[in-house]
Amino acid sequence: MDFLSEFFSFMKQRKKFWLLPLFIMFVLLGGLVILTKGSVIAPFIYAVF
Amino acid sequence: MYILGISAFYHDSAAALIRDGQILAAAQEERFTRKKHDSGFPQNACRYCLEEAEIAAKDLSHVAFYDKPFIKFERLVETYLTFAPRGFTSFRMALPLWIKEKLFQKRMLAKELKKLDGGREIDWAPRLLFAEHHLSHAASAFFPSPFKDAVVLTMDGVGEWATTSACFGNGNCLEILREMHFPHSLGLLYSAFTYYTGFKVNSGEYKLMGLAPYGEPRFARLILDRLMDLKEDGTFRLDQQYFDYCTGLTMTNAAFDTLFEGPARKPEERLTQKEMDIAASIQAVTEEIVLRLTRSLAAEARSENLCLAGGVALNCVANGKVLRDARFKNIWIQPAAGDAGGAVGAALAAHHLHLRQPKAAVAGQDAMQGAYLGPSFDQPQIEDALRRAGAKFHLLDEDELIPAVAGHLAEGRAVGWFQGRMEFGPRALGARSILGDPRSASMQKVLNLKVKYRESFRPFAPAVLREDLSDWFEIDSDSPYMLLVAEVSKKRQRSMSTHESQLFGIDKLNVPRSDIPAVTHVDYSARIQTVHAQTNPRFHALLTAFKAQTGCPVIVNTSFNVRGEPIVCTPADAFRCFMGTEIEILAIGNCILKKDEQNPGLKLDYKNAFDLD
Repeated sequence: MDFLSEFFSFMKQRKKFWLLPLFIMFVLLGGLVILTKGSVIAPFIYAVF
Repeated sequence: MYILGISAFYHDSAAALIRDGQILAAAQEERFTRKKHDSGFPQNACRYCLEEAEIAAKDLSHVAFYDKPFIKFERLVETYLTFAPRGFTSFRMALPLWIKEKLFQKRMLAKELKKLDGGREIDWAPRLLFAEHHLSHAASAFFPSPFKDAVVLTMDGVGEWATTSACFGNGNCLEILREMHFPHSLGLLYSAFTYYTGFKVNSGEYKLMGLAPYGEPRFARLILDRLMDLKEDGTFRLDQQYFDYCTGLTMTNAAFDTLFEGPARKPEERLTQKEMDIAASIQAVTEEIVLRLTRSLAAEARSENLCLAGGVALNCVANGKVLRDARFKNIWIQPAAGDAGGAVGAALAAHHLHLRQPKAAVAGQDAMQGAYLGPSFDQPQIEDALRRAGAKFHLLDEDELIPAVAGHLAEGRAVGWFQGRMEFGPRALGARSILGDPRSASMQKVLNLKVKYRESFRPFAPAVLREDLSDWFEIDSDSPYMLLVAEVSKKRQRSMSTHESQLFGIDKLNVPRSDIPAVTHVDYSARIQTVHAQTNPRFHALLTAFKAQTGCPVIVNTSFNVRGEPIVCTPADAFRCFMGTEIEILAIGNCILKKDEQNPGLKLDYKNAFDLD
């Protein structure tokens, strides 16, 4: 719950509510990738990680 | 009031502890875990900081983290949307990491902090603060500086959005004047060339800088004309058609390869003149950008003082140019200019900006205490560690130890020097150092190939008595953190013959170019550390003794490690490195160890013990 309220405050402060549907989609997509691959090991790319 | 600063989860994790604005301790996690550029939560470094202050985690009034993960996530999403559908592969790989870990950093931090206090139930949420990445860098540069006011320039790869920021610091205020945003980044541009020349991104940048004097900047015009649109004030935009870092898993792409006449060099492949010319070119462009930025900031006449931080501020050649450009009267550079220094910056930002506490009175000296902010070991601890390791050693008084070590140096021996508190930041500054005689023409090659096991082109830095600085180098400013480059004094230089000057690239290295060839680069430059009696009296005494014996107040100073190994932290680390390399003498506390007296059975194969960096 803390996380959700903080994320809401962040969107409000940054005026970026359009991130919300994307965020929900990413959580679902990310969860799917984690479930299917079972790993979060990622290559070392400066801008992304 | 105690505040713990933390930088973690990207690279070079570190912790720093301040009390009422005074820095008590700071250390990088890699020194404890022995894993170079360790990015995990700095559990050991935090624990050390608390032990140093003799407090428990519950005594911390705040814990400050060095960046804001939500804003980073925002950048990630917006970048992908901008480039979609390109970049799906890297997006697919990054997403789980963010969803599983990085977005929940507050919870992760609280969990780790709980471990620090033996599982005690403390609600960390109200004590946790997050500073923006570049604000952390700027705070690390301004608040410990010896200035009441200063212009602060921070340049690195990228934080949340900012890649370069200019601030104005005055008292306990730090106002952001302007920023450049991702993907237009000087740090990422330099890293792209680091990648292209076959070095590791985030660790090989200083190798590229060291390679530059061997080359000609024949690609500089190409970089300026095709890769970027550089404005008069030093701001620029990078043409993303040549880079892959926004969407792919590499720094550069095929268009970049075509532009620079071939594919990227593979790691450990033979270096050719092309890589040297590339290095010289990107170095020249970097200097041009930094000079334009500092000149435009100086023109605003807000302050006569300049503070620098961010990974690009470790480019000491560019720093030297800024100093000689003399647009600012005084320059101060944070010794831990990279992300590790963000831990100090976050803690100081919390103290001065969040809690509005005043900046300490300026007494002409900075607040970094020579960067000697890490663990130290007393004489009984050292002797105990050495005995347990099976070492044979001689115990000397300080009066005997200093001239004895100076004598070994004067006779051309490589000396491991382990004294006092460990340095914070990437440089060894005479607490965890390997030392040598700079007058020896073969010392650079011997130290590189037999002691450090690293590339033969890599230059070494001189440590020089501050009082003798201008007699030996073309500079008269303090450089206690080895972050300024200047030429060896003209009268100490030896001009090369026509034949010698025509030598190709690295072959020039073997030509003695001055009275102190081991620390003179092929362009007569040297990365200088000035040694001050106030901050490191024992190292100062050693240099003084060396000068008394040889007439030379300069010593080769390189970090106490081999390639790929974090700098040694404990006496046991130092003894292992001593036994795994051709270091001949180890001076640790008041103990002297000689290699030929040690049990040969304790020798280690150190050459292949670490992953190459």
